[in-house]
Amino acid sequence: MSKANTIPARDTAAPRSFGTVLKELDWRRYVIYIGFLVVFLFFAVLLRDQGFMSPQNLLNIFRQTATITVIAVGMTYVISCAEIDLSVGSVAGLSSVCTAMALSQWGLIPGVLAGLAVGLVVGSINGALVSLLGIPSFLVTLGMLGIAVGVAQWITASAPQPILNDTFNMLFGSGDFGPVPGLVIWSAIFVAIGAVVLNRTKFGRQVLATGGNRNAAEFTGINTKRIKFQVLLISGMVASVAGMLYAGRLQSGRFQWGSGDELSAIAAVILGGTSLFGGFGSIMGTLFGALLIGLINNGLILAGLDSSQQQVVRGAIIILAVALARKK
Amino acid sequence: MNTADNVVEMRSISKGFNGVPVLKDVSFDVRKGEVHALAGGNGAGKSTLMKILQGVYQADAGEIVIGGKPATINSIQDAKAAGIGMVFQEFSLVPSLNVAQNIFLAAEPLGAGGLIDDRASVRRAREIFAEMEVDVDPQAEVSRLGTAYWQLTEIAKALSQNAQVLIMDEPTASLARHESEALFELIDRLKQRGISIIYISHRMDEVYRLADRITILRDGRGLLTEPLSAVTPEQIVEGIVGKKIEGQLAYRERDHIAREGAPLLEVRGLNAGPRVRDVSFSLHPGEILGLAGLMGSGRTELARALFGIDRRDSGDILIRGEKANLNSPQQAIDAGVALIPEDRRAQGLVLDHSVRDNLLLPLLGQIKRGPLLDSMKGKDLSSSLIKKFAVKVAHPNRPVRLLSGGNQQKVVIAKWLGTDPDILILDEPTAGVDIGTKSEILDMIRELASAGKAVIVISSEYPELLAVSDRVLVLKDGSVIRDIPRSEIADEEYLQLAVQGV
Repeated sequence: MSKANTIPARDTAAPRSFGTVLKELDWRRYVIYIGFLVVFLFFAVLLRDQGFMSPQNLLNIFRQTATITVIAVGMTYVISCAEIDLSVGSVAGLSSVCTAMALSQWGLIPGVLAGLAVGLVVGSINGALVSLLGIPSFLVTLGMLGIAVGVAQWITASAPQPILNDTFNMLFGSGDFGPVPGLVIWSAIFVAIGAVVLNRTKFGRQVLATGGNRNAAEFTGINTKRIKFQVLLISGMVASVAGMLYAGRLQSGRFQWGSGDELSAIAAVILGGTSLFGGFGSIMGTLFGALLIGLINNGLILAGLDSSQQQVVRGAIIILAVALARKK
Repeated sequence: MNTADNVVEMRSISKGFNGVPVLKDVSFDVRKGEVHALAGGNGAGKSTLMKILQGVYQADAGEIVIGGKPATINSIQDAKAAGIGMVFQEFSLVPSLNVAQNIFLAAEPLGAGGLIDDRASVRRAREIFAEMEVDVDPQAEVSRLGTAYWQLTEIAKALSQNAQVLIMDEPTASLARHESEALFELIDRLKQRGISIIYISHRMDEVYRLADRITILRDGRGLLTEPLSAVTPEQIVEGIVGKKIEGQLAYRERDHIAREGAPLLEVRGLNAGPRVRDVSFSLHPGEILGLAGLMGSGRTELARALFGIDRRDSGDILIRGEKANLNSPQQAIDAGVALIPEDRRAQGLVLDHSVRDNLLLPLLGQIKRGPLLDSMKGKDLSSSLIKKFAVKVAHPNRPVRLLSGGNQQKVVIAKWLGTDPDILILDEPTAGVDIGTKSEILDMIRELASAGKAVIVISSEYPELLAVSDRVLVLKDGSVIRDIPRSEIADEEYLQLAVQGV
């Protein structure tokens, strides 16, 4: 089928000098890593006497960001599929409460299952309403945000539910594995699985295609309704695990756990270079987005800013980073 | 040359991107009240030249003279002020606003107290439409109007800004035949009022119908500028493509059709929605079936039903003699059916994704190793498709958005042929594609049929339909009204009458 007047693809794609590679390198795609490094070095110099660089503090940053990281991994799937999930924070809270209650009644395994069941049920409802009834996910999950936190508060009568099961607390957040905090292991597992599935499996590719152009994906034989259902289910399930991590770390279930996390997770995802309009997603970017937020929180606390000032600075840095990363 | 008549002169324009020259010393001029056709293959530099005139890009060298005076056009605003108006190929209207609001968008007439005077804009819109001698309600919401009206609104918008030169890029691409004819009459009237038009089109009959002169670009250089009376269509095609294309639109009988055996596809009494009514036909291996009909006759809907997108209400689809359950595109693909949809940008491609990712999307199952995708296999498979279908790409990793229309269409076709379908449905496969690529695509269709595939082609262009089809089904209001073997169709006229139901 090749014609004399057409240029074979390979010739033009062939060897490129290092200079052109460097010139074509789109630094905007790496702005999160650059930003992370800059902020890190800035704090390392500025706060060297406040113990910023101590191994203890650095591990703390990881530990404090772990739940956001986990939630944000699920959120990356939702956003790169051109949907949004605002219910994740509430789902985490509800899951922490259900886990704590089932744990004290029936023991470890039923406790964990109860937590996962919260994610399964809420994620399925979100997914079904979005994919089958075609209601925008923004509205569905906004409603679910209220419902989940309301249920959590209702069934506990607003009281914290203590968790006395040491095995659970050890596994979900309080314990260490050697020198490494369990929470770090948890986020590493989620990031690793999340990255491989998004980049290297058929499912991941179909999520990106559905987010990039739903019509074209549909015409290509992808069941886009199922994909939309699945990403919202994943997001719910992942958020319920994050809720159990809260419960284990704080050794109790409480409806407030995770409240507001949806916004931090969305910020981490967008900072990491995932397109808010779908079609592109980067789990590694998300990890660094979450770490950057954690880094900023930690640094500002060490610098002695009070919480109102922290919020202002954090907001400004997020806007700046997204502004730098936007396409020309 | 009588330069006094020139409303626009672009002299020795050069432009490059990242060191790659796109335009080399191109000169182009437009006289008052003239329709000047601009032709060239994909990537010849037409759109870059026009974007320089519109102020989207700035030339690296050369000058622009407007009305006899050197002009600096650094922005779209500058171009508008200089009287250059663009009728966009992808319409630039706000669908939720009404016609008058769109015409005066960002230039609203103000009334007392600096508030927008909507009544004045409706009145002025009415005046503009009266001058154009077309009937459009200025208060109609744009989203409720058809594409022909969108275009009229675009033209009115340009005229409201006192445009002296209108740039029209493939203006008939989304119009029905009678709408195109109305547009041509409007263009004649605009000419008489002294408005000049730069007309970009791949369709030769339109160019001859409308244009006074033609400029052909090839590989970023001006090849010729001549009155149309001085060039033949063959010369134009040769100029665009750079070689002679002989008989690309002539029908060639192929003897590969296996009529004796069982049909590959058989449709019996198919009903699907309001636009597919009791359709029956059969298709043999090696056969190309053309679907003809007016807009809304149900051609696209029939294709969608065969591909499992639209629900089948009743009737049977038999593939290789067995009833097939085509309730989703996935089932259709599994049964060996592929559909190249009519709108490649909205339905065929994920524009922001790379050429490679687009090519591999229906083929992900083929490049799996265990649960993971094998990226080396993917690279090899996409490179071989790019090579086989002669897609011109800078790099398979670059977004497919950056390719020309013809190459985008090749990507869509390549993506589907990678699935090795037995039954291939092509809906308007050459819309908006330059003539060189068009003949490549038509050749491709013939080759596929000769290789034993069954092909259905939908096209609004009769010459194209007649060039490839072995048989033509004529649809009207969702029903098959004629089933004509190619040998009984004498000429275009005959088919046109059949479509009109005469």
